[in-house]
Amino acid sequence: MKILVPVKRVVDYNVKVRVAADGSGVETQGLKMSLNPFDEIAVEEAIRLREKGVATEVVVVTIGVQAAQDILRTSMAMGADRAILVKTDDTLEPRAVANALKAIVEREQPGLVCMGKQAIDDDMNATGQILAAKLGWPQGTFASAVTVADGRIEVSREIDGGTEVVSLALPAVVTADLRLNEPRYASLPNIMKARKKPLETLEAADLGVDLASRLTVVSVAEPAERKEGIKLGNAAELVEKLKTEAKVI
Amino acid sequence: MTQIEREEMEFDVVVVGGGPAGLSAAIRLRQIAPDASICLIEKGSEIGAHIVSGAVIEPRSLEELLPDWRSLGAPLNTEVTEERMLFLTEKRAIQIPYLDRVMPHMANHGNYVVSLGEVCRWLGEQAEALGVEIYPGFAGAELFIENNRVAGVITGDMGIERDGTHGPNFTPGMILRAKQTILTEGARGSLSAHAMKRFGLRKGVDTQTYGLGIKEVWEVPKEKHRPGLVQHSFGWPLDDHTYGGAWLYHFGDNLVSYGFVTGLDYSNTYLSPFEEMQRTKLHPAFREHFEGGKRLIYGARALSEGGLQSIPRLTFPGGVLAGDSAGFLNVPKIKGTHTAMKSGMLAAEAVAEALQTECTEASSLTERVRNSWLWSELRDVRNIRPAFAKWGMKAGALYAGIDSMILRGRAPWTLHHPHADNETLRPSALCEQIDYPKPDNVLTFDRVSSVFLSATNHEENQPVHLKLRNEAIWRTVNHDVFDAPESRYCPAGVYEQEKSGENEWSLRINAQNCVHCKTCDIKDPTQNIEWCTPEGSGGPNYPVGM
Repeated sequence: MKILVPVKRVVDYNVKVRVAADGSGVETQGLKMSLNPFDEIAVEEAIRLREKGVATEVVVVTIGVQAAQDILRTSMAMGADRAILVKTDDTLEPRAVANALKAIVEREQPGLVCMGKQAIDDDMNATGQILAAKLGWPQGTFASAVTVADGRIEVSREIDGGTEVVSLALPAVVTADLRLNEPRYASLPNIMKARKKPLETLEAADLGVDLASRLTVVSVAEPAERKEGIKLGNAAELVEKLKTEAKVI
Repeated sequence: MTQIEREEMEFDVVVVGGGPAGLSAAIRLRQIAPDASICLIEKGSEIGAHIVSGAVIEPRSLEELLPDWRSLGAPLNTEVTEERMLFLTEKRAIQIPYLDRVMPHMANHGNYVVSLGEVCRWLGEQAEALGVEIYPGFAGAELFIENNRVAGVITGDMGIERDGTHGPNFTPGMILRAKQTILTEGARGSLSAHAMKRFGLRKGVDTQTYGLGIKEVWEVPKEKHRPGLVQHSFGWPLDDHTYGGAWLYHFGDNLVSYGFVTGLDYSNTYLSPFEEMQRTKLHPAFREHFEGGKRLIYGARALSEGGLQSIPRLTFPGGVLAGDSAGFLNVPKIKGTHTAMKSGMLAAEAVAEALQTECTEASSLTERVRNSWLWSELRDVRNIRPAFAKWGMKAGALYAGIDSMILRGRAPWTLHHPHADNETLRPSALCEQIDYPKPDNVLTFDRVSSVFLSATNHEENQPVHLKLRNEAIWRTVNHDVFDAPESRYCPAGVYEQEKSGENEWSLRINAQNCVHCKTCDIKDPTQNIEWCTPEGSGGPNYPVGM
């Protein structure tokens, strides 16, 4: 079985972003970019499935600018076998990404699509679901454990207050949650080897799918600053403040 | 511990550290020895992630290294247009007249205000285009020594748990074999220190002295931005015996680089370089530049201040030192980039010759450095920094004027550095406490909110990379005699003294906050703090702009 892992290049989780002066988005120029952490978990899981003998090949794909090949190299340094860069300079929204991925799925014919549940930049949490719907495949989202056997995949899903276990017929789409695994380090020897693994580049426009945006960003603003706390003398004072100032009781 | 099996890879040259010196060395090498295989490792998560500098740079070395740097898109975009040197009193600022005559080494005509992190990223691209293999996120943890020579480096192990055991993701470091190893780690590099010790490279030279630079980058309203303005100050808030001063540069898109360097030979244990930096922003000569602006980035790094007298032997069997690893910073000029680059280029030339002649030691480096402008530049200013240490700031400035204007750097004497920086602190009982203003969270801030802006991160389960060699010494010396100076000189709030019982104090080490400035390794009175290289990628993540 082949596993396809769609990955996204995002602003590194250590970096503090700031809102652009015109409120159109956040400043990303010159910031450190890296592999979306949830996608990293998905890559790790796919490699583990291959190491268990469940899968035979792990293919990573990203849709983005030329520089996004760095996260494909990182994924291959972790252990993915080959990579596809679907090149575009536009920022695509989940529906367009799902359209492009559907074209890649049709081309690659994977038995499983394993991807992060969401990207840490826009936190949409939608691409996996839209892709599953467009493919007409079953979906197991927020996975914290997966087992593959007899043409089916059992997915433990993280839901409010517990875990739900679903069994899906393959092919399927699985989206990775935080607890699925702890990704390995890309070791230096493996980074060196990854430079020689195959990386194919396609033009997004050549896929022949609808990549148009339908969402408009109205404004982006920083969260309001928290007011400094004050110390109160006693409980009565607190009740008084809750009544008169906070107006919550 | 059991012997770890390590993978090996062989290169002609391994460069440790992706700053201006290392990158220039790698570029120069590929230019003159296009077939040489070169591997450059950098402990930061990407090239530039650990770079802190003012920076006004002199393009001289860049001109020599990549003459068509302009068409290659080098990010030198803000030329210096206006320059001031201020002597501060608490309320006033006196501008030094005829700066280019009184302090000719300070003149910045034709220089550029840059983000050195951005310049390094660009140099990294140039190096990669020339075929240098660059691996950020990997720290050089040890020198690889074989047959009494350096034969490469061993990169750090990853995935070691807090208690030293191997975690599930343990990934052993790799041996990068090299015919020649170029150490360009910056000031107080740990492999450089090892090489200096092992091969006795500091024999017969002065001790290295250091400064601590703490920097902020601000975004200011467009109408207040004056690209190309360069302002330096000395005097207040430091006393006459403490070397240091502030810088303020307007550059880029409404950015202001502001920072403060404190000579680490300061003697008052109550001095806090961080607080000096913060309160200087409140001086009328600085304040107006920040009002209405927003602080974006924070960082800190120690720099070498010893100058010519403190430069060690540069070569050893199997490798060389360059850049601030050796101490090539020109202190009076307040610049180290062009000297670091030049020393890297010279190192590359000597190394290329050693590769060709199959010599273990690139001995021609010493001669090459002595015959270059780099040496005469540093020789001419060699007495200035020690004069400040000897006679204080005002008399030192006077001497500097005489030395440059009348003697033109050709004084028949050389002033020395009599003390290492860890020997200069006075016991707390003899020191005056300094009353620093509380942060107003508009112009001045505390350490916690500052470190936040350095985007510092360390994998949290790894062993603590800052250790006390001896806890009892911390109590009897650091606490009892000096009242925990590390809690003040550390610009990242790593060290806090805590009451652990009735009259019992202990040191809390928040190693996760560490911005890799190396000050503790330098200033601890008994050199009791051990700075080990943490897991690669750890430390600050300074963005472009720094």
